[in-house]
Amino acid sequence: MNWRRLWAVVIKELRQLRRDHITLAMIVGIPVMQLMLFGYAINLNLRHLPAAIADQALTSGSRQLVMDMLATGVIEPVASARSPQQLMEMLRRGEISVGVVIPQDFEQRLATGEEAVQVLVDGSDTVVQSAAKQLAQVPLTYMPAEPRQSSVPLPPARISVVSFYNPQRVSAINIVPGLIGIILTMTMVMFTSVAIVRERERGNMELLIATPVSSAELMLGKVLPYGIIGLIQTSLILLLGMLLFEVPIRGSVWDVYWSAILLIFANLSMGLLISTRAQSQFQAMQMTFFFFLPSILLSGFMFPFDGMPAPAQWLAEILPLTHFLRLIRGIMLRGADFGELWREWLALLVFIVVMMTLAIARFRKRLD
Amino acid sequence: MPAKSDIAIHARGLTKCFGALRAVDGVDLTVTRRQVYGFLGPNGSGKSTSIRMLCGLLTPTSGEIEVLGLRIPEQAEELRQHIGYMTQQFSLFADLTLRENLEFLAAVQNMPRRQAVQRVDELLQEYHFEGRADQLAGTLSGGQRQRLALAGSVIHKPELLFLDEPTSAVDPESRRDFWEKLFELADAGTTILVSSHYMDEAERCHRLAILDRGRLVADGSPAELTGALQGRTLEVRAERPRQAKRVLVQVPGVLSAAQIGNSLRVLCDESGDCGARVEQAFADAGVSAVVEPIAPSLEDVFVAATNQPVDQLNAEPS
Repeated sequence: MNWRRLWAVVIKELRQLRRDHITLAMIVGIPVMQLMLFGYAINLNLRHLPAAIADQALTSGSRQLVMDMLATGVIEPVASARSPQQLMEMLRRGEISVGVVIPQDFEQRLATGEEAVQVLVDGSDTVVQSAAKQLAQVPLTYMPAEPRQSSVPLPPARISVVSFYNPQRVSAINIVPGLIGIILTMTMVMFTSVAIVRERERGNMELLIATPVSSAELMLGKVLPYGIIGLIQTSLILLLGMLLFEVPIRGSVWDVYWSAILLIFANLSMGLLISTRAQSQFQAMQMTFFFFLPSILLSGFMFPFDGMPAPAQWLAEILPLTHFLRLIRGIMLRGADFGELWREWLALLVFIVVMMTLAIARFRKRLD
Repeated sequence: MPAKSDIAIHARGLTKCFGALRAVDGVDLTVTRRQVYGFLGPNGSGKSTSIRMLCGLLTPTSGEIEVLGLRIPEQAEELRQHIGYMTQQFSLFADLTLRENLEFLAAVQNMPRRQAVQRVDELLQEYHFEGRADQLAGTLSGGQRQRLALAGSVIHKPELLFLDEPTSAVDPESRRDFWEKLFELADAGTTILVSSHYMDEAERCHRLAILDRGRLVADGSPAELTGALQGRTLEVRAERPRQAKRVLVQVPGVLSAAQIGNSLRVLCDESGDCGARVEQAFADAGVSAVVEPIAPSLEDVFVAATNQPVDQLNAEPS
């Protein structure tokens, strides 16, 4: 390893990057855009479903129930209705996602333990369906027991409603730490794989390999500037996460950065490996997505890891993002320290060493 | 036979196959030091592949190579500090300035920083880039790019320079300037191997090899090569050259007849006495034409060696 040559490659890469305005824009644009998307738009904590309530009982108890349902914020009345038929029509026309029917004999049904309230759900959207089903379950399971316990039924119901609706509380606080991993996985793999293939496409590589520069110098020199970019992105997401969503960092900030550095280099070495294989920038992009999709789906970012079948879990254990998510959630949300999570960073370290070795071994200073 | 230390490149039975295609087929080559050695041949004749094998970028399918006393491809890594290589396609970084490009190349050639700065300034001046050091390389014209690429390939003062069709996309004046530079370098002791498909460039080389479909079909100095064709070239002046050409191609022993303005340039095979037969044929056909011997050129050498008309030389490979 010759430091002068390595440094020359790093400086060259940084100079080129400085003039590549699109990539520069992506470095900042991707994290900001994703953070806004996941933080604001993709709110798995469903709220404000358009609804209509047909209260045919019109008793104080039924009105109290309506108020209570509205107080949860899950449904928002957008129209008024008198009969179940009207609600069904509105559902079909897509005007509402949820319809609530309180029959005339509501109080009687409550007393005898029959089904007192009917919730009609737009089943064409599965997410809405499951959310509204939960909404429906609360009054049905709780209400029959209530008249026997107390004459003032509704205040306790409100409390049980809140905890019931959001058992997992998927929110920005949960998403932002994972988002660091998602963004680093996407941008780091893509930038490196494309950067090397681009040099091959433009013919720069033929010149480079005819000089004394070594494979390791070339690879490391290309990877280091992107490592710095990865850290800038990490800081950006952390900062925005704290400012916009009040995401806590309960563990040490250093531990957060150590985890980020490990993930960055794991992804960079993956990008390098892709670049030794891909013939064109387009192929490099395709392979990047081939790696990125399982990362996003299996790592536990989207779906709970424990709920996946065993083969999917084995696959997920290979992906660096899985280990990073455990690290970062542990550190940021549970206040764990780096030492306690040694299994995860060791796995990342092994990934880096294996991928980097493969990449350098596969990179030939030859054209054939 | 020159002494061993005087030989820059020595290759024997050099062969490269890409699948079923034999891109280079059993080429023997000896290049002595301080020469400008030319590779002449149409596109697809194996010039680039040969050069890439000689500088260790491609592994030969078979054959032996020794460059500057090093065995290639085994010692290719060691060779890299002693050679300069200019690729056919512009391969410097379009999004770096001239100075940044040269500084980068100096650094990867292990040149100490202070020395590198000095050398870059020197080259910028020598190659007429004063005042443009901070311009992006991508904004240069074709001729300027090639000049910059040449400056980049000699930054570490290599003993041996490989140039792969350096002037194929360059205007005639830039080509002349470029060749001036090559001779300056050769005078300073650099051995240069340059490929081209321009006849006028081939004529300027000390020695040259003619490649055709992967095989080396002729080699020697331009004078040796043209001298071997003495007496086999004729000039035919006719009032109706196209009619005369129709007659000529029927004459046994005539290899080619190329029209140049109002005259025809005729190349005959080794059988001799071609002129007499051509005159007889014109007399028989009742075509009035003047037949005179003419000094052979490298174009004739190429046609004789490859048996294909010279206008195919610049055509794309089929």
